Amino acid sequence: MSTMPSTIAPDLSARRVPALGGFNLTALKLEIRRLTRNRRTVIISIVVPVVFFLLFGLNKAYDNQTAGNGNVSAFVMISLALYGAVLSTTFCGAMVSIERAQGWSRQLRLTPLSPVAYIVIKIMTALVLGFCSVCAVYIAGIITHKPSMSVGLWIGTGFSVWVGSLKFKAFGLFIGYLLPAENVMQLIGLILALLSFAGGLFIPVSQYPHLVQEIAKWTPLYGLNQLVHTPLLGNGVDWTWVVNVLAWLIIFAGGAVWRMRKDTARV
Amino acid sequence: MTITSAASGARGAGGAVPLAVNLTALHKNFGRVHAVNGVDLQIASGEIVAILGPNGAGKTSTIDIVLGLSQPSSGTVSVYGMQPRHAISRGLISAVMQTGGLLKDLTVRETVEYTASLFAHSQPVREVLSSAGITEIADRRVGKCSGGEQQRLRFALALLCDPELLVLDEPTSGMDVEGRRSFWSAIRKDAEQGRTVLFATHYLEEADAYADRIVLLRHGRIVADGTATQIKSMTAGRTVRATLRGASEAMLTTIPGADTVEVRGETVLVHSNDSDAVARYLLTQTVAKDLEITARGIEDAFLALTGDDTVASTGAI
Repeated sequence: MSTMPSTIAPDLSARRVPALGGFNLTALKLEIRRLTRNRRTVIISIVVPVVFFLLFGLNKAYDNQTAGNGNVSAFVMISLALYGAVLSTTFCGAMVSIERAQGWSRQLRLTPLSPVAYIVIKIMTALVLGFCSVCAVYIAGIITHKPSMSVGLWIGTGFSVWVGSLKFKAFGLFIGYLLPAENVMQLIGLILALLSFAGGLFIPVSQYPHLVQEIAKWTPLYGLNQLVHTPLLGNGVDWTWVVNVLAWLIIFAGGAVWRMRKDTARV
Repeated sequence: MTITSAASGARGAGGAVPLAVNLTALHKNFGRVHAVNGVDLQIASGEIVAILGPNGAGKTSTIDIVLGLSQPSSGTVSVYGMQPRHAISRGLISAVMQTGGLLKDLTVRETVEYTASLFAHSQPVREVLSSAGITEIADRRVGKCSGGEQQRLRFALALLCDPELLVLDEPTSGMDVEGRRSFWSAIRKDAEQGRTVLFATHYLEEADAYADRIVLLRHGRIVADGTATQIKSMTAGRTVRATLRGASEAMLTTIPGADTVEVRGETVLVHSNDSDAVARYLLTQTVAKDLEITARGIEDAFLALTGDDTVASTGAI
């Protein structure tokens, strides 16, 4: 034996469990720094929505066309902010599965970090990127002076886009587990572009042929898109939109949990 | 019967300090596969213990249970008298895994900072970087580090919380001889300060050179447990081979001097340090014939003890 018993008696009483399950600002800061390192993610989720807004939201006719309590330009701005925010949260969700594939989640299980604290860090990271997406589009709106609505509506719609997009965190998790590849990010970009068309983020659903309209109402972005525009349009909430949001949230979260369980069983 | 090293026995009897690791009647099943099949293992604080066995012997399954990464199918596990998860929350155990477990897009320093931030108490980042010899590459992205550098980073992460128990699962697989040697000298140096170390390996020489105590695992069972010297003396005996119809292992283990026994159809193999006594018994007390006595080297003995080709054996030293 290499050591004497007297010198090795460990002092267990000095060992403490970290507060808040290990949640701390250093970890949050590093998670956000990781996001900014992924240039493709930043460009797709922050720059692209702004470019789309500049291309499609500034049509001269939109300034004067009213849309509920504002103009069409404001309507387009909200749609594209939602597009950016949803990209952000989906990317952040998918990153978790990549971390699992790299074994980082397993490494974290060897630290005091509690699963709840981990999820909180991840949700906050997604909220930060989503916030940047919404702000980028809204700032483009402010600078170009085209969108018009009351200050309360700017804040209200921005906030509901920001929080509502969190639903796609679960979607990102699910997709990340289904396609645990490095190029899952490009696929997500493609899938979300299709869902955005179907959900009416790029072209209002009312302009589609009747059959396409009926199909579009079942797609995951439709309900959320309708809801975030409600304050602007002031046309009241249709209960089917709420059902759409909740049903897809259950499907995504259920799918993510199902894949996560399978993945854990393999570990 | 297993041999418990003298020191652990003495400390275990003291009772004041809880055992670093205490596994009783541990089982882990994956479907119909019994990865761990009744393991009892007590490790006292300060010991350096190797779990030695071939691939598939249940080493990683056992270690995952000690680390709380998987739950036993039955049996109990405690680390310093508490559940593994609680011991991890307090920074009492940490581990160096074989591969993976690192984020490629963080730098070496950021990885250490991130991990350090999760513990209630941790060693200063700068000290840990320097003692792991990775200060020069602290600003390099993990994805750009070589396998050896990544392993040193994993070692640094494991030491951050100044654990009482350090667990290493085949830590040197994929390393060259020089890397292996420097890694073990770092571990050895570290353990001199009283840290308990539990490592899994399939290299006999690694267990021999660095462990105070070797636990031999085969088919999820402990087949031997003792100091390197004890294991060596155990594996230094001879094998008596004979043809004996209707022999059972239970009967063969009663032969004076028999260590391990094996039945392959009508052929029986009895391993012993006193092969003369076994041969005498077989020839005088049974109808055994075609007797053959062979000596075996340490490697052969190790393979025989842990190999998969044998039908069954009952462990006894």
